[in-house]
Amino acid sequence: MNAPLLEIEDLHVTFSTRRGPVEAVRGVTLELRPGETLGLVGESGSGKSVTGFAATRLLDPSGRVTAGRIRFRGQDVTHASAEDFRNLNGAAMAMIFQNPRAALNPIRAIGQQIADAILAHKRMPKPQALAAALALLRAVQIRDPEARMSAYPHELSGGMCQRVMIAMAISCDPALLIADEPTTGLDVTTQKVVMDLLAAIAAARGMATILITHDLGLAARYCRRIVVMEQGRLVEEAEPETLFCDPRHPYTKRLVAASPTATSRVEDLALDDDHVPAAVLAKVANPPRAAGTPPLLEVRNISKRFDEGTAAVADFSLTMMAGECVGLVGESGSGKSTISRMICRLIDPTGGDIVFDGQSIGHIPARDFHRSPFRKDIQIVFQDPNDSLNPRYTAFDCIAHPLRRLCAMRDGNALSLRVAECARRVGLPEELLTRFPHQLSGGQKARVGIARAIACRPRLLVLDEPTAALDVSVQAVVLNLLDRLRREDNLAFLFVSHDLNVVRMMCDYTIVMRAGTIVERGESAALFAHPQNDYTSALVDAVPNFHWAGRRSETVPTSCE
Amino acid sequence: MSSATLRHTAWILRGNPLTAIAAIAAAMLALIALLGPSLVPFDPVASDVPLALRPPGAAHWAGTDQLGRDVFSRLVVATRLDLAIAVSAVSISFAIGAIVGSLCGYAGGRIDRYVGRFVDVLMAFPLFVLAMAMVAALGNRVENIVIATAIINLPFYIRFARAEVNIRRNLGWVEAARACGDSHLSVVLRFLLPNILPAMAVQVSLNLGWAILNAAGLSFIGLGVKAPTPEWGIMVAEGARFISTGRWWLVAFPGLALMLAVLTFNLLGDGLRDILDPRMRT
Repeated sequence: MNAPLLEIEDLHVTFSTRRGPVEAVRGVTLELRPGETLGLVGESGSGKSVTGFAATRLLDPSGRVTAGRIRFRGQDVTHASAEDFRNLNGAAMAMIFQNPRAALNPIRAIGQQIADAILAHKRMPKPQALAAALALLRAVQIRDPEARMSAYPHELSGGMCQRVMIAMAISCDPALLIADEPTTGLDVTTQKVVMDLLAAIAAARGMATILITHDLGLAARYCRRIVVMEQGRLVEEAEPETLFCDPRHPYTKRLVAASPTATSRVEDLALDDDHVPAAVLAKVANPPRAAGTPPLLEVRNISKRFDEGTAAVADFSLTMMAGECVGLVGESGSGKSTISRMICRLIDPTGGDIVFDGQSIGHIPARDFHRSPFRKDIQIVFQDPNDSLNPRYTAFDCIAHPLRRLCAMRDGNALSLRVAECARRVGLPEELLTRFPHQLSGGQKARVGIARAIACRPRLLVLDEPTAALDVSVQAVVLNLLDRLRREDNLAFLFVSHDLNVVRMMCDYTIVMRAGTIVERGESAALFAHPQNDYTSALVDAVPNFHWAGRRSETVPTSCE
Repeated sequence: MSSATLRHTAWILRGNPLTAIAAIAAAMLALIALLGPSLVPFDPVASDVPLALRPPGAAHWAGTDQLGRDVFSRLVVATRLDLAIAVSAVSISFAIGAIVGSLCGYAGGRIDRYVGRFVDVLMAFPLFVLAMAMVAALGNRVENIVIATAIINLPFYIRFARAEVNIRRNLGWVEAARACGDSHLSVVLRFLLPNILPAMAVQVSLNLGWAILNAAGLSFIGLGVKAPTPEWGIMVAEGARFISTGRWWLVAFPGLALMLAVLTFNLLGDGLRDILDPRMRT
């Protein structure tokens, strides 16, 4: 048994804020052995990143370790300054961050940046450092590394940038690598490539890794041991299989239930005991579909070109019935957002037509569509709840805005009642209506955005990655909410997402997009179970589902039953 | 103002005493501008030659000038004119600049390019010389000082508003407003404009100081406001002739008034941003 590489003992970290001290980490104890891979899982505000920053002495100046001890290679580094720490440990600890593009210097070639990282820790002539940088680019499997040495970050994709970050992080052969949400914001297929690479490098170099992530599936796939954090406390520590099949702590149970897997159903996600059991509400059946009903929406061969360039969307067609939920899946650049905005009539298609409720709306210019009677029938919920609410509007005004504009309601009792009703339908406490967006949590903002979209009782709701910016437990509640609203109002959903598990759960029918064209379409269950197209199967494979984590043996159960 | 706004303002001012001082000074300036003529001990234009060029003393706190007029009274009375010129010039350039700039920033494309080049041309001139030329051409009147000052400030507002709108125009809430039935124009005027106001308020405050200096500068060189109207720039210009003979108070007091006014608005700027931005509240 070798000595632990990193020991954290009863760590407390406190931040001083305008509202007094806030304890972000309250007593975390963990241990990491050389070469081990540890997953640090938790939702936003759980203190997982702060723990990582405390270990690397990268805490924000307003944060302070108030109690506990951090030992690295047996040495107490709890109160070492960043300077001392660097002298003490050299480059033995490295960190990679969430947004790789922002972490790279935009005006310096990447080869130079890697060489800088090497020279910061080792004395060597510059050409030698550049040669080492080239070798590192090879190690992180960047294609054509000689040419990439002189490339700038903006010339590389997000996945490439993250590889460069990994190259910089491993440049001095660290004993410990802390990866803070290294693949958040990357496409699933890119995520898989980057994580596989990271795992291979760690294994080859005997490097210990702490993977900080909100994604239980990802942690399960790549880590031997997972630590779950909640509100600054460590609530459970276990191997992935145990954690998934036999979670002990109520929070872990909720988290595991809320993480969509390849087999879960919407109503299984939320275990919240303070909510009405979601399953009961969700049992309202889909209304029977009369044969020969005209479709609600017909999209006929629409295309979009921006500024005479290449087609962002080419020849996209879609038919939707009232109350139907269609999923639109694809990676960044697949044109799914462009399609959702064309259908919402926020931008004009270059060709083709959109027919809503039997009337052609594709030729009404987007700039005049606000006057169309169909404006209130087609509404949209945006991806990031943080930037989809006007910072100067209270939650009340946000929800009242479409009512004032589209339903011609005047300020007064009727409007207040209607807003309150919308808030109630989305489960937003009424006392929050007077708050400004920045005073609401992400989940609350998402609810305001949904309440705004359903306020005028639309018939088609476009959901543009409605839960991409939310924690899984919040996502579970929001998905349940959306599903319930759909059944109550016989709403049709166009559900745009990159998360295949979510789409599979929510949608009857799924369309897979790539580079502006449809690669595959069909009933969701069949499409995900037996993808016909290579790209679709690559997408499905890349989803980090925990029961695919069969690294140790093939006998890992595919589900917990 | 709601109580939350007041509480927030109080919080900002407590944490930032310099802003509080600037706010008090600005309020006093406004008060003096309003009530000035009824406060002063002497008629600011009445000359009393036997009392000419008296140094500061008990009767004449800031001394008297070459015609025996009370410098203090003239200073106080001048506040109204100087502030009025600055405020109206800045209001005009703010109103036009914010709207034109926002529309350009939102629309982009050809309009944006044309307006952008026009702004570039305007900024290529030495601005003070441009103002001089305009006042000289339009006629030596206070209105024309206001117009000239407004025009030379306009490019900054257009650029500023354009940039602020440009970074916001693709945010979710802008698209959401359109999905909620707002036209493009309404999105700019009712959504984007209010959101860039905090940032622009800073610009306005800084610009007020600058506009005061500009107006004073124009009258200093004999354009715009004419003697015997009390105005800080003219007072400095007239007093400059006597500085070599040791009559420092003729220049020093109007100069000080100018400096304090400019400083007040500059200091106010930063605090204003914090007060007006709802995101700074918790």
